[in-house]
Amino acid sequence: MYKIKLISFLIVIFLSSSVHALIEVDITRGNLNPLPIAVSPLNSDKETNDKFKKEIKIDNIGDEISLVIENNLKATGLFNPLEKEAFLQKPDVAHLKPRFEDWSLIKAQALITGRVEFKDDKVRVEFRLWDVLAAREMLALAFTTVPNNWRRIGHIISDKIYERLTGEKGYFDTRIIYVSEKGPKTKRIKKLAIMDQDGFNTKYLTLGNELVLTPRFNPTNQMVTYLSYFKNLPRVYLLDIETGIQEVVGDFPGMTFAPRFSPDGKKIIMSFAKDGNSDIYTMDLENRIVERISNHPSIDTSPSYSPDGKYITFNSDRSGYQQIYVMKSDGSNVKRISFGNGLYGTPVWSPRGDLIAFTKLHKGKFYIGVMRTDGKGERLLTENYYQEAPSWSPNGRVLIFYRETKSNSEGEGFSATLWSIDLTGYNERQVITETDASDPSWSSLLSN
Amino acid sequence: MIFTKSTYNLILASFFALLLSACATQQKAAKIDSQIQGDVYTGTDTVEYLAAGVPDRVFFATNESVLTTASRDTLRKQAAWLRKNSDINVVLEGHADERGTREYNLALGERRANAAKDYLMTYGISENRISVISYGKERPVDSGSNPLAWSKNRRSVTVKAN
Repeated sequence: MYKIKLISFLIVIFLSSSVHALIEVDITRGNLNPLPIAVSPLNSDKETNDKFKKEIKIDNIGDEISLVIENNLKATGLFNPLEKEAFLQKPDVAHLKPRFEDWSLIKAQALITGRVEFKDDKVRVEFRLWDVLAAREMLALAFTTVPNNWRRIGHIISDKIYERLTGEKGYFDTRIIYVSEKGPKTKRIKKLAIMDQDGFNTKYLTLGNELVLTPRFNPTNQMVTYLSYFKNLPRVYLLDIETGIQEVVGDFPGMTFAPRFSPDGKKIIMSFAKDGNSDIYTMDLENRIVERISNHPSIDTSPSYSPDGKYITFNSDRSGYQQIYVMKSDGSNVKRISFGNGLYGTPVWSPRGDLIAFTKLHKGKFYIGVMRTDGKGERLLTENYYQEAPSWSPNGRVLIFYRETKSNSEGEGFSATLWSIDLTGYNERQVITETDASDPSWSSLLSN
Repeated sequence: MIFTKSTYNLILASFFALLLSACATQQKAAKIDSQIQGDVYTGTDTVEYLAAGVPDRVFFATNESVLTTASRDTLRKQAAWLRKNSDINVVLEGHADERGTREYNLALGERRANAAKDYLMTYGISENRISVISYGKERPVDSGSNPLAWSKNRRSVTVKAN
């Protein structure tokens, strides 16, 4: 079982930045004009490099951290990190006082500089974000942590830059939990896996002895809920990924599935199937009280709370076909909200509260889409042979989901992969995993 | 242009080969048609037997859990066999095809297995002898991505539990 080291970050604002920025990134339009940004390698002296090389086998820590930042920014589709070969100014000099003419010559509109130091077994990283056209500093921060956390420093810096330039919280210092898959379709082996949002630091949380499905993060801590076929009894489990302790949720005389946490992290909402009928239940994790929320002789499943906890969206086939519904959190006022052509499933409420993402099946194609919480304004973001189960980035700007490919009659050609797409429908990209993967769930920000 | 006899033979041979393969394709299509009726698998490729003349599984239409006439016939045979072998308990394993969302398919598999269970119970099999498990789309019997494979996978399988 994977253990996470308790991480303490010391964040110091060492220079205030009250100046108004001229550059701004509009995240509502998609990636038509990504902002040209120069990520100067973070300056690290020989002593620091030698210590890092000895401790964690990395040649140039400054280069590596800046690469994390560069890749994060590039993956948003909102930024265009410029080629480092074109940089005229040395990293150490640029960090003290950039020659803005040099940077605007290569068409950079923003510049990131920084410095890494190794001090008393700790690593200290400072960085500055500069507005090249206005010739001003926009942001300056320093972090101190243990050397093994160096990638997280890159992610936290990326979040700070994203936030300063877009006006919204970032999503880089986050992780994805998913199901790792191997083997033939008829005997697929599935394990819980967790990785950083950029695909690094993959860890496997189960051994693959039993089937596991649909892991989901608690939005407030590092707990996970998922479905396990342990002892061939499909039940919802709770897993603490810091301690590795797992327990079954509730004492149900049948299959429990489709679990998710409430926004305050104190309840699990899920389906319980009995006698051919699936209804929605909650269990309070403190007092263990189980409540039945829906009561209908149809399949009610895939429940997801609104971020204020007042409403629940779910899918039901009570109309004859799988459609999306919204009800109050006590189960009253059930209203169907999906009325388009086709079947609708896996509704999941945006952390911003305004949208519901879903999977749609129409004429043999699968779509990931979003609609407003009253069902109006349906927008399909991507079409494919098979894809489902969107999960929101914590800032509600990006969706991660999984795709499967068609196999021939021998089962060849099958694959399961993770993909992400912007809410705008732009910037669709594969999220690279070590193995085939499905059922991704995005964590909330680990820091701040 | 002059054809030698051997060239002529070759052309003739390839013409017949083409004709034959066209026939084979047509036969294959006909075979698939005869194995699916109204979206329900009616073939026997994947069927195993609990005892002589007692098939172990029933098949369903897309998104459905309604038992067909053939399914009810199979389940009556299973019920008769279970009445004769009163020491045997069974697990009904419900399955769905891969063309649906994972969570809904888990519920659908459970609903299908329960449709079979209810029918066995109406034919006198005690509820205590039957347990139910859904695998949703997780355990296909045919890994192809085509209508015939999907029809084989939409099933409830009766498995001896002891």
